[in-house]
Formats: sequence, C-alpha cells, structure tokens
Amino acid sequence: MNERISVRRAVYEENDRRAEILHDGFRAMNVFAVNVLGGPGAGKTSTLKQIISRLSADSVSVIEGDIASDIDTKALKDLGIDAFQIETGGDCHLNAPMIEAIVAQMTLKKNGWLFIENIGNLVCPAEFVIGEDIKIVVSSTAEGSDKPYKYPIVFRKAAAVILTKKDIAPYVGFDMDYFERGIRSLNPDAPVFPVNALTGEGFDSVVAWLSALRR
Amino acid sequence: MHEASVTEALVAIAVEEAVSRGASKVNKISLVVGETTGYMAESLDFYFRAFTKGTILEGAKLEVAYVKAKIKCPACGLEFERKMFSFDCPSCGAQGVMTKIGNEFYIDTIDIEREGT
Repeated sequence: MNERISVRRAVYEENDRRAEILHDGFRAMNVFAVNVLGGPGAGKTSTLKQIISRLSADSVSVIEGDIASDIDTKALKDLGIDAFQIETGGDCHLNAPMIEAIVAQMTLKKNGWLFIENIGNLVCPAEFVIGEDIKIVVSSTAEGSDKPYKYPIVFRKAAAVILTKKDIAPYVGFDMDYFERGIRSLNPDAPVFPVNALTGEGFDSVVAWLSALRR
Repeated sequence: MHEASVTEALVAIAVEEAVSRGASKVNKISLVVGETTGYMAESLDFYFRAFTKGTILEGAKLEVAYVKAKIKCPACGLEFERKMFSFDCPSCGAQGVMTKIGNEFYIDTIDIEREGT
C-alpha cells in the first residue's frame, strides 16, 4: 500500500550545516571570508590582485578554485600571496566539504582576510554557501549589460558587484543604466563598483567598502 | 554537470528518510524546484536514475513541481512573473523587486511502501 510521508527537507542542508561550522571557525579567528563569484574571464583573479595589494599582504589568504589547472594560484604566489589551490576535477562549483579539506592544510591569518575564488561560472556557485561572510560578483562590461537578467540568483546573493573592464564599455555597447536597474531589482542595497583591474582604477572604493564591513 | 551534485545530495536525503521510516520500496519522490535555481527536470531525472541504481530508490519516480519566480512592484504592489530581460511592472511600469518565491529547492514528500502493509 502506498503511503505518502512528508519530508520537507532542503537539498542543500548538509552543505549548509558544514558551511556554518566553517563560518564559526573563521569568526573565532576574526577572519573575514569573501566568496568571489563570476564567469570565466570576468577578471576574478585580477580583481583579487588589486584588492590584496591594498591590504597588508600578511593578513590575506586565498583559496583558488579551478576545474583543472593552478595558473591562478601560481600567479598569486609569485606576488607573495599565501594562496592554496582546489582542483575540482570537473565539478562546476566549490562546496563546503572542499573548503573544509583545504582549510585543514592552511594556517589562517588571525584578524585577517580569506578570499575564496570560486569556479568561473555564474550558475551553481551561487547556490552553495562555503562559510563566507559575503559573496561578491565580478562581472565585466564585455560580458554584456544583460547578465543580471540572465543569472538572477548570483546577483541576488551578492553583497557587491565589481564591474570590471570599465575602460572598454563604450566599445562593447555596455548599457550601465540597464545593468544597474537589473541589479536594483534583484538586490536593492548592493553597491556596484566600476573598475579597471589593469590600472587599479576604482579599487580604492572597493577596499574602503570591504574594510568598513568589518567594523 | 550542473545538476549532478545536487541530485546526489537529494538521493542521500531520500534514502535516509525512506530507511528511517522502514520503507521496503519507494514509489515516488516529490521535489519542489524554484525557477531561479536553474535546475532542469530532464537533467535531474537523468542523474536521479544514475545515482539511485542499487539503492532503495531504484525505480522510483522523480516528480518535479516547478515554482515560477515572483516579482513584486514596490509602487503598485502587483506580484508578477517576469518577462525575459526585464523586471519592470507590467501594470504601472515601475521597477519590480525579486521576492523569495522561485528560490525553492526541497524534497516535499516521499511515497513509500512498507513490508506487510
């Protein structure tokens, strides 16, 4: 005889539970964790380099997520940044168990920062919390101004949007008003920071905003 | 790949529930999926059949109830479903704000059979 049982359990519950434990661990050391999301080529690593160069280098740890390859980690290490690599071997997002495993090999910086660069993907990384205090989205003008309309979840969950490649906006037909309106609908309070990650233009505001969040 | 890891998680939850309730067979899993999660029923079903092989869920049906995302107009209060590439209110034209409706992703019910019933 068929019997219907009520379950009502969120599919993400195990990941969320482990992320909460990670977050407690970060908080106990007063480490502020930032989950950096964005599509491939948006400028996530370049953005991190600009942000970290404005913080004291010995206060920062970085976890780099990639499907395969450690070029980004090498580039950060060359700058003297304490960077660790997760290769997901095909998985399209980072999850809490992956962060647990890598954090076990790291010495986090007390009162410092932990930046976690997620896999280049605007879809699934948005769904998995990994112990972060905030998510930020890196989106480039070259990707187009319709991104908030096409990938609503990631923009909805972001505490801020870093808009990279601002210098080429006129050449790729980027419509700032349309982009910002999309973000306002999803996330009325998130600031949008137009930046140029090659020159560093705009990053002083990003770092001032990040630092203010900690106070 | 997108649906693979979440399907694995949902299978783990469903197996745990079925076993703890003393099920001998599982007929159906009812899943609620919000539009903004971007999960496709076909893909969920594909991975579901792969991950349930050899478990108590093998052969069970995966039923997906989709929930359309709702946007609320802050000016006139209308709740509406979005058109492609716009969040504007279809009634007054003001800029709508996304609500939580459409973010769901949970197992609602499981249909089971028990030995001897």
